[in-house]
Amino acid sequence: MSGTFPIPTGSLLALGAILFCIGLYGALTKRNLIIVLVSIELMLNAANINLVTFSRLGVAPNISGQVFALFTITVAAAEIAVGLALLLAIFRVRRTTEVQDLDVHKH
Amino acid sequence: MQFFLNAPMIGFYIISLCILGCAVMLLSFQRVIYMALAIGGVFIGCAAIYILLGADFVGAAQLLIYAGAITILIMFAIMLTNHEAADPPHKWTPRNILSAVGAVLLGAVLLLVIRSTTWPPAVDADVNGGNSNPVAVGLALFQNYTVPFELVSLLLIVGMVGAVILARERKEDEDE
Repeated sequence: MSGTFPIPTGSLLALGAILFCIGLYGALTKRNLIIVLVSIELMLNAANINLVTFSRLGVAPNISGQVFALFTITVAAAEIAVGLALLLAIFRVRRTTEVQDLDVHKH
Repeated sequence: MQFFLNAPMIGFYIISLCILGCAVMLLSFQRVIYMALAIGGVFIGCAAIYILLGADFVGAAQLLIYAGAITILIMFAIMLTNHEAADPPHKWTPRNILSAVGAVLLGAVLLLVIRSTTWPPAVDADVNGGNSNPVAVGLALFQNYTVPFELVSLLLIVGMVGAVILARERKEDEDE
């Protein structure tokens, strides 16, 4: 068991916040649909860092935060599988993965 | 400020630098396949952070699921679609400027709030209740979170079947 090291909470939360903002910028500006999905995964990872950080705090520090992080990881795996399957289905019809080419009215 | 000098803090800063560097590379690369490699670096860095925080099992799950499975899945998706795809050089279009301003504003507000809050001092809290970390996670999963755990397995089954059905080659697609 490696134990917990006293890393200040503020630094960890700041790392999560910056990672979340980078993911948000990527999700809003990237043109490739795969990279937009990846940016959303980045934001989920930032939330996971916060969950694991908060698991050490509180009146009675317990393991719930880590369990929540595990649930988030599982849901993210399901989400990316369905998202990439949708992307393949779209690519088969439209022959493109660019976000702006998927607009129905322009097609 | 002695905590700035101990080994875990130095490790934390190096890992954070790697994560943020990989994330910025993800934004700045042109080729899509390089972006997938950069996201692998971010996932591995996050796993290192979890292990540094004492969450060994979450770190291992992160390595297996994110760095292993999801990165490879993304690479497969890129290879199955147009793998030569590249983003055009970055231009400051109105949409990019608005997104950047929004992201920077959100980040500034979050960082200000984090800075202005007094967090309880980071203690060597024993969250595992005397067991090793995987044992503690397993006990929590099967004692307190049994129903969510079973629901998540249902979600995974539904997601897997849905992905297979969605990605399957269909007859009517070939007729078009």
